[in-house]
Amino acid sequence: MPNSKITVVALVENKPGVLNRVASMFRRRNFNVDSLTVGRTHKPHISRMTIVVNTARSNADMIAANLQKMVNVIDVRILREQPFVSRDLALVKVRTDDPDSHNGVTEICERYPARIVDMGPEVCIVEITASEAQVEAMIEELRPIGIVEMVRTGLVAMSRGARIIDSDYEIPEPIKRVLPTNGYHV
Amino acid sequence: MAQLTGAQIIVECLVREGTKTVFGYPGGAILPTYDALHEYSDRIHHVLVRHEQGASHMADGYARASGEVGVCIATSGPGATNLVTGLATAMMDSSPIVAITGQVGTGAIGSDAFQETDVTGVTLPVTKHNYLVYNVEELAYVIREAFHIARSGRPGPVLIDVPKDIQKAVTEFEYPEDEIILPGYRVPDLGTETQIQQAVELINQAERPVILAGHGITMSGASDELRELAEKANIPITNTLLGKGCIPEDHPLCVGWMGMHGDAACNHAIQEADLLIALGMRFDDRVTGNLKTYAPNSKKIHVDIDPSELNKNVRVDVPIAGDLKPVIGQMLPHVKEAQHSEWLNHIRNYQEDADERDIVHHDMQGKLIGPQVINDLWKYTKGDAITVTDVGQHQMLEAQYYPHQRPMTMLTSGGLGTMGFGFPAAIGAKFAKPEEEIWAIVGDGGFQMTLCEMATAAQEQINVNIAVLNNGFLGMVRQWQEIFYEERYQSTPMWNPDFCKLAAAYGIPSMRVTQREQIEESVAFARGIDGPTLIEYVIEKDDMVYPMVPAGADLHAMIRRPKPGEKANAK
Repeated sequence: MPNSKITVVALVENKPGVLNRVASMFRRRNFNVDSLTVGRTHKPHISRMTIVVNTARSNADMIAANLQKMVNVIDVRILREQPFVSRDLALVKVRTDDPDSHNGVTEICERYPARIVDMGPEVCIVEITASEAQVEAMIEELRPIGIVEMVRTGLVAMSRGARIIDSDYEIPEPIKRVLPTNGYHV
Repeated sequence: MAQLTGAQIIVECLVREGTKTVFGYPGGAILPTYDALHEYSDRIHHVLVRHEQGASHMADGYARASGEVGVCIATSGPGATNLVTGLATAMMDSSPIVAITGQVGTGAIGSDAFQETDVTGVTLPVTKHNYLVYNVEELAYVIREAFHIARSGRPGPVLIDVPKDIQKAVTEFEYPEDEIILPGYRVPDLGTETQIQQAVELINQAERPVILAGHGITMSGASDELRELAEKANIPITNTLLGKGCIPEDHPLCVGWMGMHGDAACNHAIQEADLLIALGMRFDDRVTGNLKTYAPNSKKIHVDIDPSELNKNVRVDVPIAGDLKPVIGQMLPHVKEAQHSEWLNHIRNYQEDADERDIVHHDMQGKLIGPQVINDLWKYTKGDAITVTDVGQHQMLEAQYYPHQRPMTMLTSGGLGTMGFGFPAAIGAKFAKPEEEIWAIVGDGGFQMTLCEMATAAQEQINVNIAVLNNGFLGMVRQWQEIFYEERYQSTPMWNPDFCKLAAAYGIPSMRVTQREQIEESVAFARGIDGPTLIEYVIEKDDMVYPMVPAGADLHAMIRRPKPGEKANAK
């Protein structure tokens, strides 16, 4: 079966070492991670991961089961049948030391959900937030002008409509009292 | 409220969890906890091992024999890394243990301090969960969670790493009585109505059904339900290595054990079945052989408490994530009575063929061979001992020639295949079941990996009988070299110490057996001594374990023991 990209969303406890546990599972089970992003949700004790895995589609349930098995993973969803929005953010530093390249970058930015966020005499930084395909298309257009540096966040994703991935979990009072004073960190 | 140190909290929580015995080895970073153990020595017995690996195997043996959580303790750095083999062993075989390790002080963590190792990092893939405690107030909650996680769902090892300053820190202690809340930890219980209905439909339609019973039956305490299910519809039962004893092996429906060195009748039955009912087993490569040709014409039902086992190795028609005892209970009322006489007779023919090949009653003309030693140990212990094996030929022979009638009486490292497991695990088992007769059945190779625990056995005067099957070879590797590597016996012949003299050096009475007639006497000798004993059985070096499914071969393509007068077909 050919590989395809599977987008997994995991709600995890915002505790030390959780990112390491999740990443370790993917390595150990030999699943090839394309991108993994993590950050807090609107509840500070819950973090959300978006993991894109390049694997056979039949492995999706296996991945979900192995994630769900981890004590600190609260909930797991594979985004496949339902429509979802996914976004990748890239910062691209492009050489714009002549008017042609400067105009080229400005023109490209108009055709994408992108903007120039830093402008200097030699280089500028372009920011794009879009689907992975759009980000890649723009990068290919910028490439001939002269990319000197680039960074991408990896995908974050959310289901469309009223399908909500959230948890009611609140840290119980006695536990809250004894939590480490060094605070949360993933 | 009492003011307690972290160390006192650790030991107090162990007492509250019902721990009576811990296996461990002291060292700098765990010293405060040892000091607390001193205070509690009337309630918790500490067994001083000779190597931390022994402590983890003892905790494992304790857990497997009793079904309760085994506890081991080690210091930071090398103490903790020495536990790793035992944790991995427990992880693979779903054995509930809690390991407590000392860590350097919180201020020194990350500085490459003396005896510092990132223990939670090292043990991450070989534990069900682990903790590094940064706050003494958290300690009691963590220990309670650790025991809960270790023993519930699919059991497994949990490690708690406690920095030295946290052990020394003082706090007001009140044992937490509230419910343990773990938002991401779910233990499946019942199957859905649809799943049960689909499973029962397959069972009622099947003409050639086989039950595959694994370790899960034992851990779920579902032996009665299993027996009821099998008897109601006359379904033959095959069991995995770790499933031995989950159904009495003399039960007419128990065909035996499956897999690489399992009973040929079982493997044939599985390959010819039209329905596999897999209960608490995980289709390990040692039981399936070639997955492409595995049970090709069968529908499959798979019940396991760990959802990540379902559809992992073998695609199944009805996967059920649930606890076996209630799930079989859900099925039972809907399962129709059936006879399956033709199918059972068919399997019986395979069993008769195997009996013809058996060498247990052959006259070996004065030579001693493994199968006969195990068979006679079974005979003279009346098949009622708890046997704890090491890994290799003797382990497979134990499974073949020592039928067990009760669950939790055959303890062995099945998943990880850890040489060195047998003897320390037997010591742990004896602490869990002091009233039972315990035999460590080990080979000369594996025994030498952990034989330093003879000092532990002697210090504790623990009544464990060690049966060393000594063939002067790493027998199982030798067997592979003979069959697959054209008899190039690279690094398998072993120079061995005089095991009896060695035992004597530890003050352990011993006996050497070279003739079959002496086996009965050797068992009587071991039974007559209230303390550890060692019996060395000097066996033939070139005997092989049959049948054998070569790794990756089709399950039915077994290399069989030649019938009397036949030539070996090994190559």
